[in-house]
Amino acid sequence: MNFAVLQFPASNCDQDAIHVLKNVLGHSARLVWHKDQSLGAVDGVIVPGGFSYGDYLRTGAIARFSPIMQAVQQFAANGGLVLGICNGFQILCEAGLLPGALIRNRSLQFRCENVFLKPGSSHTPFTRSIPEGALLRIPIAHGEGCFYADDATLDQIEREDRVLFRYVDAQGNRSEESNPNGSVRNIAGICNTARNVGGMMPHPERASEPILGMADGRWIFESILAELAERQKSRAA
Amino acid sequence: MKAKITVTPKKAVLDPQGKAVQNALEQMGYKGLRGVHVGKYLEIEVEGDRETVKAQLEEACRKLLSNPVIEDFHLVLE
Repeated sequence: MNFAVLQFPASNCDQDAIHVLKNVLGHSARLVWHKDQSLGAVDGVIVPGGFSYGDYLRTGAIARFSPIMQAVQQFAANGGLVLGICNGFQILCEAGLLPGALIRNRSLQFRCENVFLKPGSSHTPFTRSIPEGALLRIPIAHGEGCFYADDATLDQIEREDRVLFRYVDAQGNRSEESNPNGSVRNIAGICNTARNVGGMMPHPERASEPILGMADGRWIFESILAELAERQKSRAA
Repeated sequence: MKAKITVTPKKAVLDPQGKAVQNALEQMGYKGLRGVHVGKYLEIEVEGDRETVKAQLEEACRKLLSNPVIEDFHLVLE
């Protein structure tokens, strides 16, 4: 499969995403600069973490108007798979590709630690390969990761089974203590109604191989690859 | 003319910064504080027909300068 990993001024973990897709999983991935107009022929897009445009105004607010984001809007409208990680999640919310917004952590502190995630739905391209009942250990690193949406939006997200992950404790229980940033209903990631655009605050690309101490993030990339393989098969049939 | 724009968090949205400032003010001994909300203030110098400028800036406030999901804005043209 071919992946585009976007690169904005002050992106981070963009190279980590490339590394996982290429060296760990054996697929093809390349960086696409924010001023480019086109994604090229790709099967999936990763919008990486970082502090695009210095987080000026609001996180992701300026990045969403960059030329490449127009191409991402089009790609997503055509059903293309897009995953936003951390700042990428913030950008996709600002772009209106995902509902809600990410605001300052409840503690006002930048939180950089490993968290436990419980998959919300197994019926998404981002979670489909995760073994049933598994909890994922993945790091977070953000100051503005508190997911907010009004109750009507949250009810709709839950009704449509669109929660990708929730912050939980080591036993898998949802609690205030296991919520690192104050996100409503402990939500760490969601997808859109069409289920082809996903966003999450934790960083799976930092936890996708045993040498890094954690490999659970790999399930998310494996899920995307399984979805793309199925799409390819059904197109060929 | 000059546009003065204030952007504040919506009442329903958690405002930990406002809360932290309120706590500090209370620790300093200020009484009767009912709420502190920390927002942003922008000044934009702009030329053109007043009504057109106002309409354009309101659109800019909705699209970029504020996020309607979490913020309200107030625009004054001087």
